[in-house]
Amino acid sequence: MTMPYYVAPEQVMKDRAEYAQKGIARGRALVAVNFDDGILIVAENPSRTLHKISEIYDRVAFAGVGKYNEFDQLRVAGIRHADTKGYAYSREDVDARSLANVYAQYLGQVFTHEMKPLEVEILVAELGATNDENRLYHIAYDGTVVDEERATVLGGEADVIAGRLDQSLRDGWSLGEALKACVACLAGPDRTLAANDLEVGALARGNGRRTFRRIEGGELSALLAS
Amino acid sequence: MSIYLFPAADDPGPSFAELMRRVRPEVSLPGAGVPAAPPAIEVRHATTIAALRYADGVVMAGDRRATEGVSIAHRSIEKVFPADRHSAIAIAGAAGPAIEMVRLFQTQLEHYEKVEGAALSLEGKANQLSQMVRSHLPMAMQGLAVVPLFAGWDTRRQTGRIFTYDVTGGRYEETDFHATGSGGRDAKTTIKLGFRAGMTRDEAVELAVKALYEAADEDAATGGPDPLRGIYPLVATVDERGFTLVDEGEVAERFAAVLSRREAPGSLSGGDVE
Repeated sequence: MTMPYYVAPEQVMKDRAEYAQKGIARGRALVAVNFDDGILIVAENPSRTLHKISEIYDRVAFAGVGKYNEFDQLRVAGIRHADTKGYAYSREDVDARSLANVYAQYLGQVFTHEMKPLEVEILVAELGATNDENRLYHIAYDGTVVDEERATVLGGEADVIAGRLDQSLRDGWSLGEALKACVACLAGPDRTLAANDLEVGALARGNGRRTFRRIEGGELSALLAS
Repeated sequence: MSIYLFPAADDPGPSFAELMRRVRPEVSLPGAGVPAAPPAIEVRHATTIAALRYADGVVMAGDRRATEGVSIAHRSIEKVFPADRHSAIAIAGAAGPAIEMVRLFQTQLEHYEKVEGAALSLEGKANQLSQMVRSHLPMAMQGLAVVPLFAGWDTRRQTGRIFTYDVTGGRYEETDFHATGSGGRDAKTTIKLGFRAGMTRDEAVELAVKALYEAADEDAATGGPDPLRGIYPLVATVDERGFTLVDEGEVAERFAAVLSRREAPGSLSGGDVE
């Protein structure tokens, strides 16, 4: 009869965390900031169809980095959570905090109980009536939730990019200004990112009931060139 | 609250109704819970709705009256709704289940669009509605019929299209116009007499308004314009840019124009027919 080797819980957690971090660090980063009409999310993503940024509900958006199949499954679960809740109660009752908690519970549970943690980091953003009421919930692979104030960075080299972002962050940016600053932070001093390296989405108050909108094609190029 | 994840072989996919049946069975969907006998009480009925095509899209209109038997149950009910960005749905029949059906239909279209990352084709939307009407058939057999009218802008074919339904879920595409509900016959005749292919938006809105006026003139269950209370029919257009509700002030003006022509000497009996 073989006995399982004893491994200290600290070691198990450390190994899992390292594994998840490695997976996430391989992916390209993503930045979310406030601008004058709402929240802007900018990701480095060469694919036009495999999205990192998506609509969840009227005022809620989702963004994920890491393993695509894993965060896409979470995205669909988020849409299901929001749509069923909005149908059973009212559209006003759907908020980001409740969804962030559901994600945090799930990620935390997988991290402690399953063999392999999810190699993802996700963002749940909610547009408020004013920018002070905007919410950015950054949820890590182990279920840790951080309620970010004005901006957040997810994915590989997040610390370096967050450092650059801190330097350039301003209140009351227009969409174009915020976009160019985010792209510069993602690219760093040695690279430039063009429109087709980027995926951009915004929750903006001017968009009607469904506030999420993709900024792509000609509009994106024009904003980057402005 | 738990997270809604399913094994790949057992995933409800982009169907919102299927998802609700799995995760929220306590929330009843339209068509569930069929009464054993026709209701002994009068239920609210929504009455006349109409749709017609014009050069750049479709116009959809509905009066504002709901009736319970011979009483007016509501004076300003809404019967025309956006289904999604590029389509509209109007309802006639039992108002309660009809409005619930609209809510499910709207949620279903948006749910599909978000999960799949692309909107359904107009044909796909029309078929979805057909399934919903069909699942409502047992209720219709008990006297609670719901008859929707669906119209939208087909972004692939670049044209406006109108779909009508019967209580069995049968789906029929109309070439140019249709009206249904208790005053539907009068409304449809009015549109038929005034219709031309390739009308402008303004002409089409005016014809829709006129059709509802004629329906209200002949049918007690259809509400006419009510300047005293400031209640006017809901009129919406769907074109390449999407669903737009016509401003109430404009609807009032169109009514005034229709009425001024009717009030001309010698035209009391029927008004002019262009």
